[in-house]
Amino acid sequence: MNNPPLEPERYELYAAPPYKFELDRRDFFRTLGAGFVVVLLARDVDAQESGGRRRGGVRQEMPREIIAWLHIGENGYITVFTGKVEVGQNIRTSLAQAVAGELRVPLDRVNLVMGDTALTPFDMGTFGSRTTPTMAPELRKAAATARQAMIAKAAAQWGVEASTLKAADGKVEKPGSRESLSYGQLGAAQTLLKEIASDTPLTPASEWTVAGHSAHKAGEADFATGRHRYPSDIARPGMLYGRVLRPPSFGATLASFDSHAAEAMAGVTAVRDGDFAGVVAHNSRAASLALAALKAQWNPVSQPSGADLFKDLKSNTTESRSGHSTGALDGGFAAADHKLEGTYTVAYIAHAPLEPRAAVAEWNGNRLTVWTGTQRPFGVRTELAEAFHLPEDSVHVLMPDTGAAYGGKHTGEAAVEAARLAKAAGKPVKLVWTREEEFTWAYFRPAGLIEISSGVANGSLTAWKFDNYNSGPAAIQTPYDVANQKIEFHPSKSPLRQGSYRGLASTANVFARETHMDELAHSIGMDPLAFRLKNLSEPRLRTALETAAERFGWGKQKPGAGRGFGVAAGTDKGGYVATCAEVEVGAAGAPVRVVRVVQAFECGAIVNPDQLKNQVQGAIMMGIGGALYEAIKFDNGRILNAKFSLYQVPRF
Amino acid sequence: MSESLELLVNGVRHRVAPGPERTLLEVLREDLDLTGTKYGCGEGQCGACTVLIDGRPSRSCQTRAAALAGKHVTTIEGLTRETKWNPLRAAFAEQDAMQCGYCTSGMLMSAAALLSKHPHPERAEVINFMDGNICRCGTYPRIVAAILQAANGSRGARS
Repeated sequence: MNNPPLEPERYELYAAPPYKFELDRRDFFRTLGAGFVVVLLARDVDAQESGGRRRGGVRQEMPREIIAWLHIGENGYITVFTGKVEVGQNIRTSLAQAVAGELRVPLDRVNLVMGDTALTPFDMGTFGSRTTPTMAPELRKAAATARQAMIAKAAAQWGVEASTLKAADGKVEKPGSRESLSYGQLGAAQTLLKEIASDTPLTPASEWTVAGHSAHKAGEADFATGRHRYPSDIARPGMLYGRVLRPPSFGATLASFDSHAAEAMAGVTAVRDGDFAGVVAHNSRAASLALAALKAQWNPVSQPSGADLFKDLKSNTTESRSGHSTGALDGGFAAADHKLEGTYTVAYIAHAPLEPRAAVAEWNGNRLTVWTGTQRPFGVRTELAEAFHLPEDSVHVLMPDTGAAYGGKHTGEAAVEAARLAKAAGKPVKLVWTREEEFTWAYFRPAGLIEISSGVANGSLTAWKFDNYNSGPAAIQTPYDVANQKIEFHPSKSPLRQGSYRGLASTANVFARETHMDELAHSIGMDPLAFRLKNLSEPRLRTALETAAERFGWGKQKPGAGRGFGVAAGTDKGGYVATCAEVEVGAAGAPVRVVRVVQAFECGAIVNPDQLKNQVQGAIMMGIGGALYEAIKFDNGRILNAKFSLYQVPRF
Repeated sequence: MSESLELLVNGVRHRVAPGPERTLLEVLREDLDLTGTKYGCGEGQCGACTVLIDGRPSRSCQTRAAALAGKHVTTIEGLTRETKWNPLRAAFAEQDAMQCGYCTSGMLMSAAALLSKHPHPERAEVINFMDGNICRCGTYPRIVAAILQAANGSRGARS
């Protein structure tokens, strides 16, 4: 079957409205110095740089929304500017590879400036598995345009046809001679702005030389020596340390506040602004002691508890359900020789990035600069501008490579809080959330209830009814062949704050579907792999499934005592994945042990094979946590297990 | 303010005034600007703040700085200058045993402590010793491979 169109998660759509970025060329060149600049526009530009000639089609006026630009310096070094950010997925490496290959320069010649709202073009955010399929090809177009321009400049200088020249190793070479001109030489003479044509030819993956290879993590040595400064490591002259007063439960309002004792402590500033309150001191311990000295009374608001979670999710649905339907379910069930119903639940789980939310905020008059770890630096800029009633161009957000996110850092809470505290203190302020705060006041992977009814006839699916309450629509479609299906996502009023997550709702929808497929196979006495293959014509997913099964040795041996084999498959956002696992279930009460996992993962041309493998291994690890033991417990607006000692994550 | 004390960090004497409450982690990061040691949980559960105190791996978030007079503290910045750990760092690089890298300082400190005590550990020993360190990105198999590679002085099989 065809892939459904890519659909962003609904909770990823609170991004700011598209920002109309007007390139200020003078500012831009002042920042960069002389050199050659390629600017990539968001939509196809069919006008040539020289004068807006038409090359066919209807030319429309369009806002100049810039996706990325790159700069070739006089020293031959390439700087790529992108609003994407690095949180451990290693796109700083893979995007540099994509550019270096297309530009024909060594990888170490390419540097990326990422997620800096003053230097990089607007980007909605780094989420939804978009960087490699969407941003990498755009950057390759920019690089290919720059390469062609370098060749054209060399051709003009030598008075030869551009088609006779080749670019390699950061130079344009003149065939039949030892003459060459480096990009630095070619770019140095003038500043040029080059727009990218929509039909820029790209190097096919079969001819990649830099992309397609397993480059190590960019800046690896800085991470292995402690030199890299994460957001929580940023220090500014005169910087103070903040803590925020948290209510005892969600939704509580601040009834009374007395900061006398706290403010009697040396160097302490306390601030209250509505329900927000916090302290600033000369070091983080002093801030914690001052926080403890605050006297506050809160008016709690009754909140739901975890005990009735799944019942609540089903009964508190909103009207905005979405879904699709093909064939006729009644007929599908009537044709079935076997029917099955199943209910599946997934818990709220925490992203728990090892670096909690952190920000350093610094005011300079009415201008605000914030260093913070976020997947949406431009979104955080909007949050800050709104919180402090500032124009967006008075707010500068910088995003140092951050200690992970997994979809959990779309928001700017710490940035706004640090900025509020810094405003009160009149000094730069660092705020690093405690682990308990990160577990409590961030947001969660949505919990969900999934109900499935299905029918089969002679081992073939005839009916498929799938209802997801609350957890999201990603990968909700079944990849299996079934003529009569009705699949719906029902948004619900979530008792906890929820948001995006690694793999989005695939974690819920694939889990439920594949579990049900297994139960169906067992109930009709078919092998789970054979049952899937009988109902699957999607060729790429078939290949993934067959590959995983073959490497696992599916069907070649029986599991030993206390052990079982499992298989599952799914596709989302252009990736095709199949997994076989051997699991040991000990005596009652003993933990389930995952003995081995064999996974086949296919996503098209691969920019960096070993880093992809690293991500896939990490995803398996994180998936095991969610599958076996991760679950947020809550009661009346309080999180009951907001610590690593109470919330188990995968370990060695 | 409390009395100051002398803290020996990476072979350098520092005079600090930590008071009775402050942790070694706070003093390292905030007073000495040694930010390679990370905060991860504040309860000794994740290992991101691991340093060596007189050679022993210790959770700096659980260690009061005032208790460390006369003790030798080694952080990732100090470990980096000890050439004997070059193979360990090289093995982490070779195996790409990190994603976001936030746990890496603590992993290297724990691994160095392990290899100081057991230069040629078995795989099970590595797993057992490292179990107090969390890598939320899930690079555990690569970290194990890197430590075994460093211990055996050869390229281990890439995990």
